[in-house]
Amino acid sequence: MALSTIGGNGRTTARVDAEIYRQGRDLKGRGFQYLLLSALFLASLFLITLLIQVLTDGWPVLSERFVDFFTGTLRSRSSDDALGIGQGLAGTFWIAIFVIALSFPIGIAAAVYLEEYASENFITSVIDVAIRNLAGVPSVVYGLLGLALFVATRDGNSTLFAGGVTLAILVLPIVVITAAEAIRAVPSSLREGAYGVGATQWDVIRTQILPYAAPGILTGTLLSLARAIGEAAPLILVGAITDRLAPRGDGLLSLDQIFDRFTAMPIVIVGWVQESGRDQGFGPAAGAAIVVLLVFVILMNSIAVTLRNRFEKKRG
Amino acid sequence: MANTTDTGVSVTDETTSDITVEAPTAAAPEAAPASTPVDPADLVFDVSDLSVYYGDFRAVRDVNMTVERNQITALIGPSGCGKSTVLRSFNRMNDLIPTARVTGDLIYRGVDLYDPRVDPVEVRRRIGMVFQKPNPFPKSIYDNVAYGPRIAGQKKGLDEVVESSLRKAALWDEVKDRLGDSAIGLSGGQQQRLSIARAIATQPEVLLMDEPCSALDPIATARIEELMAEIKSEYTILIVTHNMQQAARVSDRTAFFSVELDEHNDRRTGLLVEYTDTAKLFSNPDDERTENYITGRFG
Amino acid sequence: MSDITVPTRSSGTTLSLDALSGPAARARKEGAIKAVFFLAATVSIIVSAAIVWSLVREAWVFITEVEWANTWGQNGWFPRQGLYDMPTLLVASLIVTVISMLVAGPIGLGSAIYLSEYASRRTRSILKPVLEVLAGVPSVVLGFFALFFLSPQIVERISRSGWLIIGAVILTGYVAMMVIWVRRTLQREASTSAAQMFTRIIVLTLFVLVGLVMVWWILRTAGSGDAGAANFFQVKRSGQLAAASIGVGILTIPLVASISEDALASVPRELREASAGLGARKVTTTTQIVLPAAVSGIVAAFIIGVSRVIGETMVVFMAGGAADAARFTDSPFEGGLTMTAGMASLATGTDNVVGEGLTFQSLYFVGFVLFLITLTLNVIGARFVRNVREKY
Repeated sequence: MALSTIGGNGRTTARVDAEIYRQGRDLKGRGFQYLLLSALFLASLFLITLLIQVLTDGWPVLSERFVDFFTGTLRSRSSDDALGIGQGLAGTFWIAIFVIALSFPIGIAAAVYLEEYASENFITSVIDVAIRNLAGVPSVVYGLLGLALFVATRDGNSTLFAGGVTLAILVLPIVVITAAEAIRAVPSSLREGAYGVGATQWDVIRTQILPYAAPGILTGTLLSLARAIGEAAPLILVGAITDRLAPRGDGLLSLDQIFDRFTAMPIVIVGWVQESGRDQGFGPAAGAAIVVLLVFVILMNSIAVTLRNRFEKKRG
Repeated sequence: MANTTDTGVSVTDETTSDITVEAPTAAAPEAAPASTPVDPADLVFDVSDLSVYYGDFRAVRDVNMTVERNQITALIGPSGCGKSTVLRSFNRMNDLIPTARVTGDLIYRGVDLYDPRVDPVEVRRRIGMVFQKPNPFPKSIYDNVAYGPRIAGQKKGLDEVVESSLRKAALWDEVKDRLGDSAIGLSGGQQQRLSIARAIATQPEVLLMDEPCSALDPIATARIEELMAEIKSEYTILIVTHNMQQAARVSDRTAFFSVELDEHNDRRTGLLVEYTDTAKLFSNPDDERTENYITGRFG
Repeated sequence: MSDITVPTRSSGTTLSLDALSGPAARARKEGAIKAVFFLAATVSIIVSAAIVWSLVREAWVFITEVEWANTWGQNGWFPRQGLYDMPTLLVASLIVTVISMLVAGPIGLGSAIYLSEYASRRTRSILKPVLEVLAGVPSVVLGFFALFFLSPQIVERISRSGWLIIGAVILTGYVAMMVIWVRRTLQREASTSAAQMFTRIIVLTLFVLVGLVMVWWILRTAGSGDAGAANFFQVKRSGQLAAASIGVGILTIPLVASISEDALASVPRELREASAGLGARKVTTTTQIVLPAAVSGIVAAFIIGVSRVIGETMVVFMAGGAADAARFTDSPFEGGLTMTAGMASLATGTDNVVGEGLTFQSLYFVGFVLFLITLTLNVIGARFVRNVREKY
């Protein structure tokens, strides 16, 4: 018995040693970890391939005729010297203006109402449900709404106004949800402190809530702006022009174009991709337009994400 | 105000029994329910049958007490006894909690604070509040103090208000050279004195302090207690504290709150057990529960 | 108020009610501001109502006036000819959903688990931005990528045998999932009610049925598309449903990853520590403790992912290999129109949505169907998300 006990102990000790020191041989664990890592690797691979593909296609066009490309217009031949994204940039610029002018104030105000004013009642819960569901409605359905509201009822005139308002409506729930999140993060001690010295509700919102929540709100608005700039489906539905659009004589800031036919950066890309079946030169042109669009969108997203991370860190 | 007696166990009955009220008028037979006669002109708060509810749940019931001018009144008791809840109803901070509801009378200088025509904003400008955790706004020291006057519409003479408030809060010497710095950088004790300065800046008549020293070290606590004694001549102060020694040191009168457990729904309701001169409450309390608490038998 | 007048109080200390009433102008201003904020909040209700109204109004016209024989078994979606074969769109949408979730599901979930359970702070700060950038890439860019890279470089290279191999891999994964589920079910306590037994049998049957359908589908479609999908009605373009699906899948990776990561992050640390304290390895803790605890949120991630995939328009429109009209297909290697791509196709071109008869209304009918599907999925998904929140 004694012997076997000793032997047993000896075996146990050896096994414990082995178990403790064999971490490097945990094959199952390692395999699992590499499997997970390969998921991230694939995601990165997709992104890198995509960027390389777009750059190799688009770069020649951009480097050859940089300025011309920015001022040019939609053309029927890809070899046309006047081919460019000028009209797309103008449309996207105005769409951004619509989003900033409509979604931002309405969305932030709605978030303030929901977080600071609303009591728990029927209307509040209806608003809440409406916003949550709107955020999940496919963008193409917003296009149908825009088509019904602004185009179909007005003798089939697709205007920049219709596109801008449609996209403003599309990103509204995103603005509301992100702004509400930022407002919820305001510590209640700030509210109490302000109310405690006799601030009115509006004072508290103006002097405490909005300044404190500003970085979070800004993040949300930047993300939604980036989304609006890259969105194509609703614009297709409200009738943005994909093929040829007569150039306007007036400048970028001319208000007249709001009620005229329009195109936008993503629509230019879609149009040229379609044309590429007929005229292969449109492919690289689309690539070049994508490079421009991506620079804008990724820049905006990065600023937004950096802003969010910085403030999350700062406030622990 | 014809209220007390028939509402059951009320502190007023017990305490009035051993004093003589001098020439009470017929209209207010129990106007002075204190152990020392109160000049009615000095009456700041007159609370009768105050109960606070959160939804259906009654957090505190049947509070009857009066608070006099330029005195420090301490509210003590075990946790959950509703002393903070009562304090917050004195300047209607409870309005910020959607489900909170107050019944009974809370008379401030002759006006029912819960009259529908009363604007809580106006109340809070006259009855300032200092909170448990120092809560400086993420602004400069100057802007923190000037906040109250600014939202009240004051534009001129802010420098003077800021200086005098900081002086009263005994913070001026420490911060006068860096008024533009962020208030977040101050130490905990300094932040709390800044909160007091911020409350003083609106020129309130009453200061409500909700456990103002619970987050502070002993030195900072002593500093605040000193400060309270200094500004007492100008303000009426109500302080909630979980620290009995503090109540004994700083206050003129002390209200002891306790909790009772409702056997049916396992909920705890706070109630005012005894309210009298601080010296008496700590040396010779009338109620057994008070005695048990101050001698450390529960709480 | 009358009962509080104490005659002995000097007037100096007694306030009038007016002193505490505050200026009327301030009350009016506060009320007006609140009203403005409230109006802003009601915009969401108005927009929701407007969406439902615009969809229902035109869809109703379609439902009441269309010849139902033209909406089923017509072998193709040719709206301008008055043929609105719904199975064409629905099956294409189903194919895109299945393939893109096969891409987005594992990659998204795997990324989430790695970021949440394994990644050090530094690794995380490098890898997380990849997903964040990917989340910001507009869908037209993925459409371009799918058409000019995925289609020629990947999909067209998948031969008959290639597709069979991929199918075998997918089926192996599927069977592995089934085995794990069965083992788990058997491991639980033996006392199961008849109702529980019944549900389990149903689930198992569904599992097997879906597997069989997949085997049938893979065998059936292997080798399709080789001859080219050109047909009488459609302009021949490159691009196939499979290329578009992979594109949509890439687009959906960040969404699946972010919802899954939230779910994993909401699993309390104590659970992991308790498991590690019992001597479990990380892989055991992750698969046996963390994943089961977060399963509700992961299911939500998949459901919401599916909803997003079904609603995705531009990638399928650009790279799906069909324009304007499409013949019925159940092969990922042919061109096809999903519900969304069908809608976008109808709205482009010089004549926009003008067409014969009910063309315009068909747009809204398809939109309405899409709206109902995504709404249902989102509501179910939100319920699963709530489950996780309530649990911890």
